[in-house]
Amino acid sequence: MTAKIPELSLVLLIGASGAGKSSFARQHFLPTEVISSDACRALVSDDETDLSATGDAFQILHAIAGKRMARGRLTVIDATNVQPDSRRSLIALAREHHFLITAIVLNLPPAVCVERNLRRGDRQVGRPVIQRQIHQLTRSLSHLRHEGIHQVITLTSEEEVQGFHWERQPLWNNKQSEHGPFDIIGDVHGCFDELRALIQKLGYVIRQDADGTYHVAHPKGRTLVFLGDLVDRGPEIAAVLRLVMDAVSVGTALCVIGNHEWKLLRKLKGKTVTVSHGLQETLDQLDAVGPKFKERVLHFLNGLVSHYVLDEGRLVVAHAGLPETMHGRGSAKVREFALYGETTGETDEFGLPVRYNWAADYHGHAMVVYGHTPVPQVEWLNHTINIDTGCVYGGHLTALCYPEKEAVEVPALRMYVDPIRPLNFPKVKAPSAQQVHDEVLDIGDFIGKRRIETNLMGMVTIQEGNAAAAIEVLSRFAVDPQWLIYLPPTMSPGETSSEPYTLEHPHEAFTYYQRHGVNEVLCEQKHMGSRAVVVVCRDVEVAARRFGAMDRGLGIIYTRTGRRFFDDPTMERSVLQRIGNAAETAGLFEQLQTDWLLLDAEIMPWSLKADPLVRQQYAGTGRAGTLGLESVNRVLAKAASRGLDVSSLQAKFSTRYMNIERYIAAYRAYVWRVQSVEDIKIAPFHLMASEGSVHTNRDHVWHLDQVRALAEADGGLIQATPILRVRVDDAASIMQGVRWWEQLTDRGHEGMVVKPLSFIHQTSDGKLLQPAIKVRGREYLRIIYGPDYSDEENLARLRQRGLSHKRSLALREFALGIEGLTRFVEREPQRRVHECVHAVLALESEPIDPRL
Amino acid sequence: MLLTITSSQEPATDLGYLLHKHPDKVQSFALSFGQAHVFYPDTSAERCTVALVLDIDPVGLVRSKGLFDQYVNDRPYTASSFLSVAMATVFSTALAGRSKARPDLVGQALPLEATVAAMPCYGGEALIRRLFEPLGYKVMVSGAALDDKFPEWGEGSYYTVTLAGTLPLRQLLSHLYVLIPVLDNDKHYYVGDDEVAKLLRHGEGWLESHPDCEFITWRYLKRSRRLATAALGQLTPEENITEAPPLPKDQPPPLQEQRVFSVVEQLKTHGVKRVLDLGCGEGRLLRHLLEDPAFSEVVGLDVSHVALDRARERLHLDRLPPHLDGKVTLWHGSLIYRDRRLEGFDGAALVEVIEHLDLAKIPIMERVVFEFARPRVVVLTTPNKEYNCLYPGIGKGMMRHKDHRFEWTRQEFSDWAYRVGERFGYSVEIRGLGSEDPSVGSSSQMGVFIRDDR
Repeated sequence: MTAKIPELSLVLLIGASGAGKSSFARQHFLPTEVISSDACRALVSDDETDLSATGDAFQILHAIAGKRMARGRLTVIDATNVQPDSRRSLIALAREHHFLITAIVLNLPPAVCVERNLRRGDRQVGRPVIQRQIHQLTRSLSHLRHEGIHQVITLTSEEEVQGFHWERQPLWNNKQSEHGPFDIIGDVHGCFDELRALIQKLGYVIRQDADGTYHVAHPKGRTLVFLGDLVDRGPEIAAVLRLVMDAVSVGTALCVIGNHEWKLLRKLKGKTVTVSHGLQETLDQLDAVGPKFKERVLHFLNGLVSHYVLDEGRLVVAHAGLPETMHGRGSAKVREFALYGETTGETDEFGLPVRYNWAADYHGHAMVVYGHTPVPQVEWLNHTINIDTGCVYGGHLTALCYPEKEAVEVPALRMYVDPIRPLNFPKVKAPSAQQVHDEVLDIGDFIGKRRIETNLMGMVTIQEGNAAAAIEVLSRFAVDPQWLIYLPPTMSPGETSSEPYTLEHPHEAFTYYQRHGVNEVLCEQKHMGSRAVVVVCRDVEVAARRFGAMDRGLGIIYTRTGRRFFDDPTMERSVLQRIGNAAETAGLFEQLQTDWLLLDAEIMPWSLKADPLVRQQYAGTGRAGTLGLESVNRVLAKAASRGLDVSSLQAKFSTRYMNIERYIAAYRAYVWRVQSVEDIKIAPFHLMASEGSVHTNRDHVWHLDQVRALAEADGGLIQATPILRVRVDDAASIMQGVRWWEQLTDRGHEGMVVKPLSFIHQTSDGKLLQPAIKVRGREYLRIIYGPDYSDEENLARLRQRGLSHKRSLALREFALGIEGLTRFVEREPQRRVHECVHAVLALESEPIDPRL
Repeated sequence: MLLTITSSQEPATDLGYLLHKHPDKVQSFALSFGQAHVFYPDTSAERCTVALVLDIDPVGLVRSKGLFDQYVNDRPYTASSFLSVAMATVFSTALAGRSKARPDLVGQALPLEATVAAMPCYGGEALIRRLFEPLGYKVMVSGAALDDKFPEWGEGSYYTVTLAGTLPLRQLLSHLYVLIPVLDNDKHYYVGDDEVAKLLRHGEGWLESHPDCEFITWRYLKRSRRLATAALGQLTPEENITEAPPLPKDQPPPLQEQRVFSVVEQLKTHGVKRVLDLGCGEGRLLRHLLEDPAFSEVVGLDVSHVALDRARERLHLDRLPPHLDGKVTLWHGSLIYRDRRLEGFDGAALVEVIEHLDLAKIPIMERVVFEFARPRVVVLTTPNKEYNCLYPGIGKGMMRHKDHRFEWTRQEFSDWAYRVGERFGYSVEIRGLGSEDPSVGSSSQMGVFIRDDR
């Protein structure tokens, strides 16, 4: 025989010891699909016959079976399963995961079992035991279906066992191989005119034969998907049904069942139902068409499933929505949810059920499109969307185009039914449902070991301790998560130079890129200030609408650890105003078709943000150094004058005195007093994103051109960045690059940043290159590695600095930053954006022990 | 980085015998963090000066010793615990009060002068004088602007200190050995029990009678309350040491205890058994909740991992008696993220917590606590800004703690509390905490929120 077993099944093998369950399982299923009680016993006790281990063994068996079913894997239980008690818990487990249950009973003659058992050697079970098991099995047979097993296959002889074959059967709801494109239509409720208008607006051609048959087709081969509730309430229910049935029958449409169809189906099957909520209209209209049509409708409704999983699992449609654990599953509970949604059991002031908002908790990767509850306008929430816009109540009939994610609607011609709950909410509202939901993020999404899928680098892993440390930083110091959509990556220096008196040199940066097949690089002057991310909106309404910012600000400026850059709100306001005005004057908003911009920038002076640090750490060290070294040099001079040989000490400490003076000069260059905006300089170098795009597909020349336009439009605050293009395969060009760096650093600038021309550069074998390499000046490095770093003995040790960690960090943070921004412009839930920002901070944090 | 000691007792070169260092040699000693050089810039019969120059390896401090993570730091140039360690190594016999050649000089008071540069001291000249003058020194302190180019930054915290006095050399060395790290308020090494013994040894004969004995002990032992208690117990044996250890100066006033009592009382009045201490910090409230049998389950949540570590230590959570074991759990978490672990508790306390959140994040905290965690009772306290005028240390426009993001007047707090009650369905009662001033109210204010259950 050939049995059909649904792909999401728990298969219980039932049979006495010696019935041949294990060999049967081996023959028909994958080794990983089979969980054997004997094997579990051996796992915990090293002895598969040790009955004292049975309890522990079954705990493990249940745990494995549960995990497999949660992941949607067919699971076979190889245990005797002859007692109702042992089956009960497995059946309950399968139900929890909405799995179907198939029993395969190996009901072989007792003699066969006993004889086989004898051949087992040391794994023998006594004859009375086998006889008892067979007795229990026989008694069970008639109860199996009653216990909740959907399919029972009984094999009673060795011949039947030999002849057994099975096929894996996809569930009806599995249409993953259909890729659309789809046009998904919400609750129609007999509004035929609106349905026709909408379908035509979507580009479908509708033709009707003389016999009334509809032919619906789209020139580009699109498919209609109906979310159920075609019937009841409205004026032309029969016509709607006819059109949908005709389209479904030729495959140009799919349809899932709604609660109104479900009730109609039961009525047509002769069950007792209360005729209410517009069912009478349906029955009257069906009667008017005639019994044959009614028969067809019954057949059609009988074939409707609760939901479909489409397009490789990327799209799920169900009448009232569906949580992720139920996608692709088949059970009464799944159908119940798909039809009615999940209700809290409470009713609202209009007597309608209060719904538990499953969409607020939805984390799934599939887009879920549903209807059922009329809403004034369609709204995304966590990758789900309700498109029932209450046509029959005088609202709209709405279609969602997939994969375009565009909503197309037609207005109702009139109000056919009075809505119990008013639908007249304002059309545009901020914050949106998604923004209200996103205001509070769930810590469960950010703690523990995290794995984040990025487009650029695949999976990036965040360790638990780092994740916890970043939560502290975000909670205590960072700006509101709704503004915090991007954090810039750290930047690695080039390989360490071996030239005397030099730790970093342009040669190494040029060589790095040249070695990886980049011919031309861009050298940008490195500004010595503080890194800042600037989000600027065209007006405060945009800030509210796009960012959910209720603070009536134009935007925000924050540091690379997510802290607000300016302590003084008026100063932030004027800087944002200036940048916004410059973007307006330069025509950037128009040109990029956006009403907000995100800039990656450096804000000078360094002392503006780093003031306490500059005073305590930098100036303090300078002062201590001059005081200490002056005194030491004084006593050394005295000792020398009385004839002691302190010449080597004198040489050493006078060098150190020179070093401290140079160090002081180095930090002083980045310090000046700020009294107003006029004293600030801001040098953006990336125009990272604007509405709809992350500009990583543009090269750095483009980015700096935009910045130059901003600088020209502003005149003062915004600074363009001096650049030099260098061909790294040309010695003369390289020389020029080196000279440029030397001139910059001689003039007291920090150094330069070397980048490949393109924003993202991958080698031919797919390796991501460092997006930028910094080459800092000799004097500047005193404020990084200390005043005396340049002594050859110190340099020798500093040259051993490891860069591989920094490099790897820079790449991961780069990939995460771009990933977060991409998710933001694609309007994914804030959780998905925050995940990336949190990860960048986590990588930058010292891990803490997460277990207390 | 530099210590010089001058003797003007003729023949002044006797200093060489006392220090066991020959006046005509330049000697270098290896230390784990660099070198110390000893030589005499001045030797005459009337006046003899020895110099100890500390030559710290600045790159080694970071790279091999791992003592610091910043290459830019003042340690190579200052007088700090590094100098004390160098003194103990180079002048160990003198410090111990031994001299082979001239044992008669050891106990003799000599006219001595010591100069230390650069002495870091945030307490400024006043603190330097406060510590040395009671020991009989004539103290000269000279400082300098932090950076001459930026006069608006004011004075730096680095000084050249000269002490002049007539006393045995050994005592001078002991004073410096103990007080240099005290002024610097740091130590570069782990401070454990043996540090108490060192303090007692070097403080013998002067520390117990020093008016700032407690302060010196506290700072010398790197502000460890446990060690300070142990040391003070031995320094002042004639006094009865009470159960409560002397509170160091920067420890909290009893108002904080009062606040905790009131919060506990409110929780008990409303029958709370399973309670959350949200923002538990180092566990001041947790201790009371732990010990009070009225509470069956206590969870302390804080965003600071350091605070939780201290709480665990202070509450001895790993060695509780069996009946209390497991009663308190500590969770790392945050009030600006929804946390499903917090659901289903009877009560929650937020004692002096909300003022540590940015005002912009208060609406998030409201939803996390009152909408999602939604305990039946919430007791919340926050400072009353109006009362600040009664604290002498708090100037106009200043806040009580540097991490406070805001402080509310009584009106602001009650407006907020009633609005929260309205929005989330809680009835609200506002109370003052601490003694009440007729015009500005109490130091702290408390809101008790009771959920309206239908």
